[in-house]
Amino acid sequence: MAKIHVNTSINGEVVEFLCEPYETLLDVLRNDLQLTGTKEGCASGDCGACSVTVNDALVCSCLVLGVEAEGAEIGTIEGVSNKDQLHVIQQKFLEHAALQCGICTPGLVVSTKKLLEENPNPTEEQARYYLAGNLCRCTGYDKIIRAVMDAAETMRGAA
Amino acid sequence: MSEAKQYKYIGTRSIRPDGFDKVTGRANYGADMSLPGMIWGKILRSPHAHAKIKSIDTTKAEALAGVLAIASYNDFPSVADEVVATGEGSSNLLDLANNILAKDKVLYHGHAILAIGARTAAIAEQALGLVEIEYEVLKPVLDVNDAMAADAPVLHDNMFTQGLAETPTKASNIAARQEFKMGDVEAGFAEADLIVERDFYTPTVHQGYIEPHACTARYDADGQSMLWCSTQGHFDVRASTAKLLSLNLNRLKVIASEIGGGFGGKTTVYLEPVALILSKKSGRPVKMIMDRDEVFKASGPGSATRNWVKIGAKKDGTITAMQALLHYEAGAFKGSPVMMGCMTAFTPYAVPNMYVEGYDVVVNKPKVAAYRAPGAPQAEYAAEMVVNEIADKLGIDPIDLRLQNAAKEGTQTIYGPKLKAVGLVECLEAAKNSPQYQEALKENQGRGVAAGFWFNVGGQSSVTLNMNPDGTGTIVEGSPDIGGSRASMQLMAAEELGMPAENLKPIIGDTENVAFSAGTGGSRTTFATGMAVIEAAQDVVRQLKERSAAVWNLTADQIEYAEGETFSGDNRMTVAEICAGAERTGGQITGRGNINARGAGPSFAVHLCDVEVDKDTGKVDVLRYTAVQDAGKAIHPSYVEGQLQGGAVQGIGWALNEEYVYSADGHMENAGFLDYRIPLASDLPMIDAIIVEVPNPFHPFGVRGVGESGIIPPLAATAYAVSQAIGLPITDLPCSPPNVLKVIQDNA
Amino acid sequence: MATVIFSGELEKLTGDIRTEISSTVYRDMVTELVARYPALSRQLLEEMAVAIDGVIIVDPLLEELLEDSEVHFLHFVAGG
Repeated sequence: MAKIHVNTSINGEVVEFLCEPYETLLDVLRNDLQLTGTKEGCASGDCGACSVTVNDALVCSCLVLGVEAEGAEIGTIEGVSNKDQLHVIQQKFLEHAALQCGICTPGLVVSTKKLLEENPNPTEEQARYYLAGNLCRCTGYDKIIRAVMDAAETMRGAA
Repeated sequence: MSEAKQYKYIGTRSIRPDGFDKVTGRANYGADMSLPGMIWGKILRSPHAHAKIKSIDTTKAEALAGVLAIASYNDFPSVADEVVATGEGSSNLLDLANNILAKDKVLYHGHAILAIGARTAAIAEQALGLVEIEYEVLKPVLDVNDAMAADAPVLHDNMFTQGLAETPTKASNIAARQEFKMGDVEAGFAEADLIVERDFYTPTVHQGYIEPHACTARYDADGQSMLWCSTQGHFDVRASTAKLLSLNLNRLKVIASEIGGGFGGKTTVYLEPVALILSKKSGRPVKMIMDRDEVFKASGPGSATRNWVKIGAKKDGTITAMQALLHYEAGAFKGSPVMMGCMTAFTPYAVPNMYVEGYDVVVNKPKVAAYRAPGAPQAEYAAEMVVNEIADKLGIDPIDLRLQNAAKEGTQTIYGPKLKAVGLVECLEAAKNSPQYQEALKENQGRGVAAGFWFNVGGQSSVTLNMNPDGTGTIVEGSPDIGGSRASMQLMAAEELGMPAENLKPIIGDTENVAFSAGTGGSRTTFATGMAVIEAAQDVVRQLKERSAAVWNLTADQIEYAEGETFSGDNRMTVAEICAGAERTGGQITGRGNINARGAGPSFAVHLCDVEVDKDTGKVDVLRYTAVQDAGKAIHPSYVEGQLQGGAVQGIGWALNEEYVYSADGHMENAGFLDYRIPLASDLPMIDAIIVEVPNPFHPFGVRGVGESGIIPPLAATAYAVSQAIGLPITDLPCSPPNVLKVIQDNA
Repeated sequence: MATVIFSGELEKLTGDIRTEISSTVYRDMVTELVARYPALSRQLLEEMAVAIDGVIIVDPLLEELLEDSEVHFLHFVAGG
């Protein structure tokens, strides 16, 4: 099978790559583009560790084909911080110790960013259900939800 | 050790030093390392739960373009039936090798048989499909009762039960028997006014780490090797891999990547020796990653168990006798943690008459691996459920009953020594006074209380604290950081040196640039590696004093040190000044701590769980949860709370939903996160974490490890709450909706 | 004289629950025990950890035993 040439934009930068038709966007990001911030936990859309945005929609990149990136805008964890400036969400995760091993954190940060864009004032229940697709095995979610609610409040205050 | 005093750095909620990398995705985990020329390795796994391998033909696979190497059991140079030190315990080398690549028999669905290295993962997968294997399929056993039956198919022809009065001559699936006793249980039961006995079942569960096993290996032409892998113990990876491949320890460098969860499941090796073999045979670096279904099918789960507990008590609540018979599934090879189940089951109780018997039984399931307080959750689940039932029947509050019989300093344990200072009573009292315990329950709601005990271990840790000319320093330690321990190392060094934490950067060295350190597990890291950090910092302080003495023409014992400065009379020097001048007083300063830490203090835990049950569907909602645990001294309270909360939620999952589902022919049917249902954010309330501090006298700051005890109480706290909510006994886990509904309907 | 307390399998091998020893160092204690009980071997005992007065010690070779010390042998406990 010949590889397919894809033109896309990742975190605002123009990117082109070659990939096999069967490669997922997750495979492409990690193996072809060395953007290893997005993690593989299950490759079947059940854990959310591979969360990215495609044309501003929150998706599991393991459920998107690499070729579907053609002409699309992809947002990954690498695009959340601004050089050495952490996003408020990232800062709050650190302040609240909302991570232990950290493997779920990139996916959670991307998902949280999307949550707060859609709903800047979520209740605890709304936050928990929105983030239900991001599995964490270390924290029991308590400090994650506290970080999310605190980030939401801070971002509303700054708006 | 220090009396209760005001600390400046420890006990604060600092930002973890590795935090920036973790929240930005820059941190490098097991699958994140790629090397030039790298190829991919994939494993061929058994489609049968129990079979003899009659023949293997790899001709077609080898012929596929892009296939560069194939590895099988025969590539292990020599494997002896010996025990190798791995983790804090040991493994049988023959069993380990057989588990990694099957020799002539496959013992579980998913058992690795051979590995193929190819230019791409896709080619490797395709090649796996071209391997032709002939099997003689055998009947599997999937439950301890089936495995112990007289006519059961036997997994190992050379397994003769150890620990019996006479070693049997007939092979069986019972690997070993354990026995622990104290006093006279028969006399104890004779004194009891109430005796309760029950049989309990807990299913096979997985540690559930989100990061699959992954490694990158490179075997170089001169025999030097490098392994980058996700592991809880890189020195243990080195020990077992070097043994399996007949390498001297100094030939194999193991680098611990950041690790995406372990919980005990990453204290052994699966891919690493295989990747090295493929690298040697292909002459290329090799990356191997387990798919999620491989993680479930072929990496160590936690033992399923069938446990019987019998407890007797007087009507005033004094427990007079405690007895248990434990059967643990070891998976395909011997070595379940049944012994630790025996030792922990009744340890929260000061009862003079105890008898526990335990059996280690093999079944056609993956070989079990350690899972957070291995062996304890299952046995203590059974014990705590019966204790709760006794409290209920005697009309005594379940916390009061435990207070009345609580283990304390000086209590004789069933496994031999008397306990030193412990904090069970303090934890029980904190639970009793917690906000949750004051809440009233409504219809269809129930509350469960449970205690938990885990020994915690010490062990070997090595640290160097290398000072820089500007007075900052690097803490080089060897404990892979699974939960934020670097933050605590930084705080302990800062406290000892009286310097801001951010001046001291903790890093985890590889097996070549840090001295020997035992793995991260057993709740040992903050305790033992912490002690080594403190020792290294004290070594630095000693040298700082010596350098000042040289400069001031005094002796070191005339120098005092505090808050980052040496002083004597009017003389004063900061650490920065001493280090700036260190070249002229003997060279840059390095402190060292190499210890085999002893005096690990056990951590008792007490949990409360309130649930509501929908009697029409059997669904259980956790309404409130409180996790109380003795940390001795919480170096970083947020990460201590995190351990309590994380352990609680794993235990809640174990109690409510998690189980391996097997078909009759031994295939695991739910090898993914969709159907192996771990708790989600939407399943849970906030977990109230209450830290109790009864200092451990054997640690300079009083630290007790906290990583493991927190997974023990939730099984009984949750299951008993369910039984209270429905007014019926619960014995089998998980309390999933169909299981709860069945209990309700069977008793309608 | 320090006291060694046997439980479980060691009790079965020695036929005793407790015994007094005159040695004041672990290494000598092992020698004394192996001489007293033929069913015990140095290898078996040294594979185990000891608790001396309640403190579990995995590297006890030169450990000193006091007048009234209590010694228990334990299998190594492994965590996760």
